[in-house]
Amino acid sequence: MSPKEPIWIVRDYLRCSGCRKCEIACSLFHEKKIWPEASRIRVFMLVPGAEVPHLCVQCEDYPCVASCPFSALSVNKETGAVLVDKEKCTACGNCIEACPGRVPHIHPRDNYAVICDLCGGEPQCAKVCREGEWNALKVVERGDERYRLYRLFSRKPEDITRELVIYLYGEAGEEYL
Amino acid sequence: MHGYAGKFLELELSTEKISEVKFRSEVLRQYMGGRGLATKILWDNLGERWETIDPLGPENILLVLTGPLTGFFPGGRICVSGKSPQSNGVIGSTIAGEFGIELKCAGWDGVIIRGKAEKPSYIFIADSRVEIKDASHLWGKDGKQTLKTLTREGRAELERRNPNYGVWKEPAAIYIGPAGENRARIAAVMGKWTHAAGYGGYGAVMGSKNLKAVVVKGTGPLPEVADIERVSKLIDYVSEKCYENYTFRKYGTGSAGYYYGYKTSSEPIRNWQEEWHDQKSFGGDRFEQRVWIKKYWGDFGCPTTCLKIATPKVGPFKGAITDNPDYELEAYLGTNLGLFTPEENVYLASLIDDLGLCGIQGGNVLGFAAELYQRGILTKKDLGGIEMKWGDAKAFAALAEKTAKREGIGDLLAEGTYRAALKLTKTKQRDVTQYAVQEKGVAIGAHGVRSGEDFVDEIGYACSVQGGDHTSAAGSSIRGSGGELTAIFYDSAVYCFFNTFSLPRDSKWKFYEAVTGWRMTPDEWFDHKGLRILQLQRAMLLLGGPDIRWDPKVHDTNPPRFFEPLPSGPYAGKTVDKKKFERSKRKYYRAVGWDKNGVPKSSVLKRLRLGDVDRVLKEKL
Repeated sequence: MSPKEPIWIVRDYLRCSGCRKCEIACSLFHEKKIWPEASRIRVFMLVPGAEVPHLCVQCEDYPCVASCPFSALSVNKETGAVLVDKEKCTACGNCIEACPGRVPHIHPRDNYAVICDLCGGEPQCAKVCREGEWNALKVVERGDERYRLYRLFSRKPEDITRELVIYLYGEAGEEYL
Repeated sequence: MHGYAGKFLELELSTEKISEVKFRSEVLRQYMGGRGLATKILWDNLGERWETIDPLGPENILLVLTGPLTGFFPGGRICVSGKSPQSNGVIGSTIAGEFGIELKCAGWDGVIIRGKAEKPSYIFIADSRVEIKDASHLWGKDGKQTLKTLTREGRAELERRNPNYGVWKEPAAIYIGPAGENRARIAAVMGKWTHAAGYGGYGAVMGSKNLKAVVVKGTGPLPEVADIERVSKLIDYVSEKCYENYTFRKYGTGSAGYYYGYKTSSEPIRNWQEEWHDQKSFGGDRFEQRVWIKKYWGDFGCPTTCLKIATPKVGPFKGAITDNPDYELEAYLGTNLGLFTPEENVYLASLIDDLGLCGIQGGNVLGFAAELYQRGILTKKDLGGIEMKWGDAKAFAALAEKTAKREGIGDLLAEGTYRAALKLTKTKQRDVTQYAVQEKGVAIGAHGVRSGEDFVDEIGYACSVQGGDHTSAAGSSIRGSGGELTAIFYDSAVYCFFNTFSLPRDSKWKFYEAVTGWRMTPDEWFDHKGLRILQLQRAMLLLGGPDIRWDPKVHDTNPPRFFEPLPSGPYAGKTVDKKKFERSKRKYYRAVGWDKNGVPKSSVLKRLRLGDVDRVLKEKL
């Protein structure tokens, strides 16, 4: 089933257990292996308890696509996902610099930028997160009226961690940053 | 070989020699990894002179090993081993986290650490590149500060080497706190602030080698498996079974602080003087409502995520952070010290984590000291001015700090309950070993045997090759899921047995076969492979030394307290019947192939191709 509308993976960091089943599901789907560093979603644990599942948010203006000198990046009209053309990508890193959240990274074996492709419309990460009832990741349609006041922002894992740590641990958290 | 990276990393810290070691597939088929392989490596290298090896000397070998199922079976762990400074035998001590996954993804099945570094050091592994780095700036730092610095330095180093990679995730780390640095025999190998490989005292072994931490980042995939489709399906199967276990997921072991006290009457209270309480303030619901700020927390691949993050938001213990605490620490840093509020419990657990003490060993020795104070055997002067009253969290915190730093009385308590009891028996000229609730140098897990209602058999600790380790208790049914041979499987394949509660027994063999491509039958494990590991562990436990050796006729028994009647609760008056205990013990000896003196029989050792073990035991016992 592929959605009529582009989708978003909305995240609720406070619900992330750090189980990293999303990394397992993602790498099994894309690589047919368990491969955390090749996963399109990466769970950062810069401070224990403040786990940050980090993945593309499909910015409205797609600065990564605009930044690519080789036209290796494109937007899939159905899902809204950024697709990477492995043949064209030179791993120059421009998209990483252009991304406000520095989300893309270079594939650890093959020389190309790794970006979430929303699994063609059925994100495996959100599926496994839902099955375990953590619901830290949830798929919503971008055009859904109920979500019209909401949009996602691409942010660096360090910045998200900082806020989570203060939220979780209060003043005590500051010394662990 | 499937499921294995195919090579092990060996470091000689004295000479800074770094090398690659491979084991024949036959060795890995027999001993798997983790506890089993550690036992084999230790026997081959040190077996002939086992009793002369000082666990805290440079000759000891510290092993940090994955197993074939690590990273595949949901719930990743790593197994730490070596000659134990607690039991003088071999203990497989596992700790959860991403370390084992990172290590395999870096291309290594384990790390073998020999010798002693000249100065405080840490090992930094990034795929095939391995360095021994200076750790002078980390020495003396507590757990949370240590991990913070390791995370920062590790990421900076990875970024420096690969500036175009993008943002680097943190590498995984295991480390020691001040307790390990000071070679407290009750020091744990720590990870992720709150995770510990506690049993065995391998934090002290790391400290004795001037090794503060091991840090690893692997960018490769987990090793190839025999059948990835099947492994993937089995992961889903195990996960679904775990998802059904609603209350265990919701409360973890955190309800047990009340349950094992009230219901089964098997929880240590004031150094096991009682095992029953009805303190509702210690129910799982109270922890949930008062201190849990994250309700599901777990490690790589875990469907259960039984951990919870706890921090008191107000009051004198504000700012303390730990997980849950889990049942063991609820008991040992709660009820065992006469403390019955979640806030005090979190505070002490957080401190113990930061100091790098094992919560079980630490809470046991603190309780032991407090009972001696209660009885007037240890005085305020002995304790450096601390009034060791039950229920005084600050007093226990002060004593824990002294213990980790080996200050004053802490120098004695850092030796662990048994060794402290032996020394105090001399200096105080009265027998205080009767108050030491331990087994072969290892403090007993928080599951009493007197009521007969908990999961550990009356012989569970007395006959275990890991002493007081409740995760490796000897079960009367040696093929049972509660038996020690099954525990050896978990610790050798290296995964979390908390994810096996709802599984049929044969699922472990299926998983093993899907990953390795090697068939394993129950007979093969229980009659050969598992049993062989058990015999090797037993042999090294009995060889012991150099400071203490165990005589089964004397030491294969429960601590004296477990033969006293329970004083309170629904099972008041109940205790372990000595005659029945002896009968069960003899039955167990027969089942595992030990003679009436508790020594593995020649015929059994020979059948298991352990003729050299038989020869050494004959020479030395």
